[in-house]
Amino acid sequence: MYEKDGEKYFVVDSHMHYWNAAPDNWVPGAEQYAKGWIECFHAYQSLGPPATHWTIEHFQKYSEDDLMKDVFEDGHVDVAVFQPTYLKEWYKEGFNTTERNALMGEKHPGKFIYNTRWDPRDGDEGLNVLRHNVERYGSKGVKLYTAEWNNASRGWKLTDPGAYRYLEACQELGIKNIHVHKGPTIWPLDKDAFDVADVDHAATDFPALNFIVEHVGLPRIDDFCYMATQEPNVYAGLSVVIGALMHARPKFFARVMGELLFWVGEDKMTFGSDYGIWEPKWQVEGFVDWDFPADEAFSDYPRLAVAGKKKILGLNAAKLYDIDVPAEYRLDAGQGTPAAQDDAQLVAGA
Amino acid sequence: MTAAPTTGSRSASPGGQPPGAPRAVGAAAGERGAPSEGPPGSARLFDALAAVRDPELDEPITSLGFVTSCTVSADGDAQVRLRLPTYFCAPNFAFLMVADAYDAVSGLPGVRRAEVILEDHFASDAINGGVAARAGFARSFDGEAVGELHQLRADFLRKAVMAGTDQVCRPLLAAGAGPSALRAMTLGEVPASPALERLRQRRTELGLPAGDDAALLIDPVTGVPVTGDAVPLHLRRAQTTRVSIEANSGICRGMLRHRYDTAGQGEEDQ
Repeated sequence: MYEKDGEKYFVVDSHMHYWNAAPDNWVPGAEQYAKGWIECFHAYQSLGPPATHWTIEHFQKYSEDDLMKDVFEDGHVDVAVFQPTYLKEWYKEGFNTTERNALMGEKHPGKFIYNTRWDPRDGDEGLNVLRHNVERYGSKGVKLYTAEWNNASRGWKLTDPGAYRYLEACQELGIKNIHVHKGPTIWPLDKDAFDVADVDHAATDFPALNFIVEHVGLPRIDDFCYMATQEPNVYAGLSVVIGALMHARPKFFARVMGELLFWVGEDKMTFGSDYGIWEPKWQVEGFVDWDFPADEAFSDYPRLAVAGKKKILGLNAAKLYDIDVPAEYRLDAGQGTPAAQDDAQLVAGA
Repeated sequence: MTAAPTTGSRSASPGGQPPGAPRAVGAAAGERGAPSEGPPGSARLFDALAAVRDPELDEPITSLGFVTSCTVSADGDAQVRLRLPTYFCAPNFAFLMVADAYDAVSGLPGVRRAEVILEDHFASDAINGGVAARAGFARSFDGEAVGELHQLRADFLRKAVMAGTDQVCRPLLAAGAGPSALRAMTLGEVPASPALERLRQRRTELGLPAGDDAALLIDPVTGVPVTGDAVPLHLRRAQTTRVSIEANSGICRGMLRHRYDTAGQGEEDQ
């Protein structure tokens, strides 16, 4: 929890990791990819405040104690959602598997939610693993990384026929939250890998599932916004948005927040630190303090008040994951009715 | 004989000229007045590269800092080294930039041979080899791609048109023009500005109307003027497109800075 100016925030970190990307876990022959991947993540960390930067060695493999301190003791987080990313083509035991997350998380009851993952290219065998993981870890959500390499394949789309089998299986198994993370490769490579049109189709065809598009579809925020405004079951995962922009590019951060508040709205935005890329502490504290610059250029965006920040930092994700929020952190009746889109002028000067 | 590649220092803040750009021995022979008799100077090479854009960010690869070095030998052998913000930047856009750089450089009078090398990228070999062999994208990524990248490029040019529309319209809106006034405006009625010039260029590249009589607000796919109730939403989307591109550009610049200690040739920080 976090308290500021007499207001209490229940914090759900809806997107975080516990990875091992150290050389001992690199697949022989694929070292350059394993190294390239973690160096890319490390570069993202450089966009946070300098005092929160880690050495590459620490970044490659942080300990359980580091995580508990950074996320819960210092980071104000009440409940954290593990989002696995396997990358077994590059990392021997996987980059960050459901098993690795659970192995550590089970020592800290009540602190973690274990999402799992699937890959449509794994066929029937993958479906069996998914069933097992749901039974074993009680997963209510999955993290899908569409750019994952799998044998000769460089990625997939949610509209691939194989993917629909898995989405159907999710419904049967009680999984309701689909976190989608787009990456730079898919098949075929001549198409835009970051395109979110497939999420649009899947969200329409599976209205009972929630689709949380991580890093709000970055680098396709515009396409994501137009899609999310039309699909009631599409959410904006703020991982990377706060981490990469709030400190490094505050004006762009304000603009992106303004666009998200306009098109998506504060009821459908969820905080995710993306730990270990960024520590949650500065993100939570900075976000609670954040407001639009006084500048005229931002005057046509919907405002974000304390109640909206409470929703984004934890209450929205708590709803998605049925987390019981203690009464003192909930909103009072009538509090937090979001600013309607109409309140924001469609065009400044209109 | 090849001039030694150089890199600028981070503290240098180059404008249009590459700081300390190497000039090959005998490069002066390629200057204006003797176009076909000798190789171009490095400055001409740089200018050619400045016309190459990142299709996603709609900015020159030079100001983005993607040009590590560009040199040309006395014999007219040009070499360009490019770099990107991450090892995993999307290979299709990377290919377009390398191919465009190759075309820009090899088309210069006096260049006998051009070599463009993308460094530190997971698909460096496929891209560099494919561009050098003029193989096209699908052949360079055999089995992983089904077509060329014309559609991708056009899709992103349309985004550039939308973002450019916001750049042109925002000052007009701030000066009190309402959506209905903008709807009635032609390009010829908009006060001249670099943003307007850029918008015209992007529209021209797409084959969209870009003359003085053309409507300011058009559908970026069909070229048909935007009318009536559709105007406010069109302007709103133009703004969102611009925010998206500029935020991406900010992140890319930050990532590149972490990745490389040195500034690229002509790198500018917004």
